[in-house]
Amino acid sequence: MRIRTAGVVALFALALAASGCGDSDEPAAKESPKAAGGKLVIWADDKRTAALKPFAEKFGQENGVTVEVQAVPNEDLQNNFVTVSSQGGGPDVVIGAHDWIGNLVQNGAIDPVQLPDEQKAAFNETAIKAVTFNGQLYGVPYAQENLALIRNTELAPEAPKTIEDLVATGKQLKAQKKVTETLCLQVGQKGDAYHIYPLYSSAGGYLFGTTANGDYDPKDLGVGKPESIAAFKKIAALGEKGEGVLKRSIADTNSTATFTGKKCAFLVSGPWATADVKKAGIKYDVSAVPGFAGGKAAAPFVGVQSFYVAAKGKNKALAQEFVVNYVAKPELAVALYQADPRPPALTAALDQVKGSDPDLAKFIEAGKNGQVLPAIPAMAAIWDPFGKAEAAVIGGADPTSTVTAAGKTIAGSIK
Amino acid sequence: MSTPLSGPGSAQQAPGRGPVRTGSPRTSRTARNHAPITVAGLAAKVILLGLVAGIAIWAAFPLVEAEMWVWLAVLVLTTAALFYLYLGRRHIPAKYLVPGTLFLIAFQVVPVLYTASTAFTNFGDGHRGSKDDAIVAIQSSSVKQVPGSAQYPMSVATKGDPATGALVFLITDPQTNTVSVGDARGLRPLDPGAATVAPGGKVTAADGYTVLNVGQASARSKDITDLVVPTAGGALRSSGLSRVYEGKAVRAYDAGCDCVKDSDSGRTWTADGEVGAFVATDGERLAQGWKVNVGLSNFTRVLTDERISGPFLGTLIWNFAFAIGSTGGTFILGMLIALALHSPRMRGTNLYRMLLILPYAMPSFAMLLVWRDMFNTDFGLINNLFGLSVDWFGQDWSARAAVILVQLWLGYPYMFLVATGALQAIPRELTEATSVDGASPWQSFKAVTLPLLLVALSPLLISSFAFNFNNFNAIYLTTEGAPFPADNPSNGATDLLITYTYRLAFGGQAAQFGFAAAISLFIFAIVAVVSAVSFRRTRQQEDVYA
Repeated sequence: MRIRTAGVVALFALALAASGCGDSDEPAAKESPKAAGGKLVIWADDKRTAALKPFAEKFGQENGVTVEVQAVPNEDLQNNFVTVSSQGGGPDVVIGAHDWIGNLVQNGAIDPVQLPDEQKAAFNETAIKAVTFNGQLYGVPYAQENLALIRNTELAPEAPKTIEDLVATGKQLKAQKKVTETLCLQVGQKGDAYHIYPLYSSAGGYLFGTTANGDYDPKDLGVGKPESIAAFKKIAALGEKGEGVLKRSIADTNSTATFTGKKCAFLVSGPWATADVKKAGIKYDVSAVPGFAGGKAAAPFVGVQSFYVAAKGKNKALAQEFVVNYVAKPELAVALYQADPRPPALTAALDQVKGSDPDLAKFIEAGKNGQVLPAIPAMAAIWDPFGKAEAAVIGGADPTSTVTAAGKTIAGSIK
Repeated sequence: MSTPLSGPGSAQQAPGRGPVRTGSPRTSRTARNHAPITVAGLAAKVILLGLVAGIAIWAAFPLVEAEMWVWLAVLVLTTAALFYLYLGRRHIPAKYLVPGTLFLIAFQVVPVLYTASTAFTNFGDGHRGSKDDAIVAIQSSSVKQVPGSAQYPMSVATKGDPATGALVFLITDPQTNTVSVGDARGLRPLDPGAATVAPGGKVTAADGYTVLNVGQASARSKDITDLVVPTAGGALRSSGLSRVYEGKAVRAYDAGCDCVKDSDSGRTWTADGEVGAFVATDGERLAQGWKVNVGLSNFTRVLTDERISGPFLGTLIWNFAFAIGSTGGTFILGMLIALALHSPRMRGTNLYRMLLILPYAMPSFAMLLVWRDMFNTDFGLINNLFGLSVDWFGQDWSARAAVILVQLWLGYPYMFLVATGALQAIPRELTEATSVDGASPWQSFKAVTLPLLLVALSPLLISSFAFNFNNFNAIYLTTEGAPFPADNPSNGATDLLITYTYRLAFGGQAAQFGFAAAISLFIFAIVAVVSAVSFRRTRQQEDVYA
């Protein structure tokens, strides 16, 4: 009997599987319109879900609609969203980084939003620029972030003006056996384009040129150009075969821990690192990532977190209402800041929290020279080859041939 | 794990070459042809078959809705066949075979066929949906606010029932506070005084109209987004539920020329069915494309693209070395330990066994990450412990040795377990007989134990080989393929074919599922050939030793 039962169980599971295959075209939710108004589904990552929930519920109660905030892990969010969207389903509102926009637009997953000018003016200018793509506003920003130099003020009381200053201080501390590393800037075996970019830009390198209207131009690739080779030569001089300041052994997994363990006096990281630093009880200060002496100002990438209206959402009008009129309220931005301490993009919200958190203003100041992280789909082709070229150069490879090869690889995968 | 792994009693276990995994007896007790019908059995059958019927009905509705008649027929036939089969007393063999076969079809054959069919398309980012989807996306993302125009407060209203009536926008001009009614025919003014306007400009009530609240309006979301009020400069569209803006779709699809025209710049992009995109004369493509059949181009790209085919052979050789090294290394180590613990003179075997299984019991994900950190040049445990400064993941051979070492640590407990099981299935009389005949322990191992072990373990070794051949995590969570040659960032020294293809398909501009599917078919072919050859050889071996 047992096996026969097992067969029936199997059958049951099979029927389930079969139905799973068949119902890809599930009919649109057909609740009677009179029942409890519409429903708004929001996708966010775990941290933001918690912060958003009370506001979403309030919005729902005030307006007689059901709001559902669903937590999706950050690393899967974009991909899951694009996948369900191409099947014609998914959420009405999505929260994510602005550099997703290029990919979301090419997959027809999000719609532009229309903010009146006075509302646009309430946001930080960089943030609005970041969510503008092909001349259209695709999201409503709520927070922005960029790299800065976090230093242990007990070891290094003065903010270094240049990389050379930083290296001199770090070396001195190292000679005094106070630290074991000059600088904690994560590289890893695969490199890290995001974290090296301030130095790369200071040394004269660029990723994409800009078109007449200020958008990034995928046809003008800076990697592999003479400027980029010159920049990588400067980076190589700081590498393992040079000054030993940049090392592949310092990676995303141990960079902050090395700093909080007082093994280095300088850490290049973003607002997300301050929580750990505070927890370790380290006296620290935040300043801009310094550039090379005589070079350009170091430009960290500025990233923006934003709300998007899904193109295939069931309730687009409500989603627009939520994103355009509700998200732009300072209270929500402050709550999201408390969930995850990144500087709010809404000027009024920033002013509110600035007083209690002096780091915020410093991070914004550090991002003053920053460049908006390119959102064009071609950017996805940069990360991996660029990072690897960086790791190779830091490990002692010849900058000219390495960067030229990386440039070719990148150009080859840009359509 | 209730069965002891070994112990004094286990030596008496009947000899057999069946599955060596402990703990699951493979035979059942009674013949079932005339098994008595028990209440529990009957109830289970009724409930489960009822569920099958219920699920079939539940699955049928969407199929009817989508007019997928073929699938509906398949569903009906399958369900009917299952009922016929399990309600009758005949067709006993089929009762056993059908579930397995159906599972095989659902979970093996269909995915393989789906992968194969994907390999002939350009499915990927920017080419996910249909052409119609792309056109909708292009048009709706080109709606721009007319330069210099303002946004106006708006309320959604209707003359009929809020749930079904035709909708209008009640639009207030904030300058003059006059209210207009807008619908698909255009904008016309409402009598002054007929509407109550709240501060901020939103109409809260109007004579003859029911103003919808947010809840009611949100239930009509699609009607609201679709309502476009034509004006001289463009059209008023809703932005949410409380504002309208004057917008204009800059790009429009023209079915006549099968092209998209931009009214601002005057440019034209013509549909190209070969690549699934709208392409301008200068080669510029619109980002929103659609999925098309591209024939063999994914396969030819693998073979002809220098960057892909160039490092392919080297990667393939290392891939074999990795799979053989991981499987062989873990097998030899596991077997040696199993042999040592199998010796009757060994004491404390259970403690040893427990300790040896530990690596197997820990999640390999976490262990791989821990190992990666242990190999760190400056901060890693290995270098610190031994006072080395080896750049483990920075050099080709040290990185390769490191990943194989990690695999060895992760994998030998499994081999130890299965070898222990298999050893216990080899009757001691055989080895005792050889020693009576005067064979040395080595001779007896070589002539009796090892061949019998291999006969029992070969299928496991082959499956372990196939698993390690595609062991994505082992590389991706440790070296991520590093070190990479300075001149080729797409292929590293420890890259397996699977990590290499993952990078090719998803590491570039966007996810290219079609291309990834084509490469996985290549890998599938390689693994299938290797497995087929190995199984063939195993069978020959079995014929000799059986």
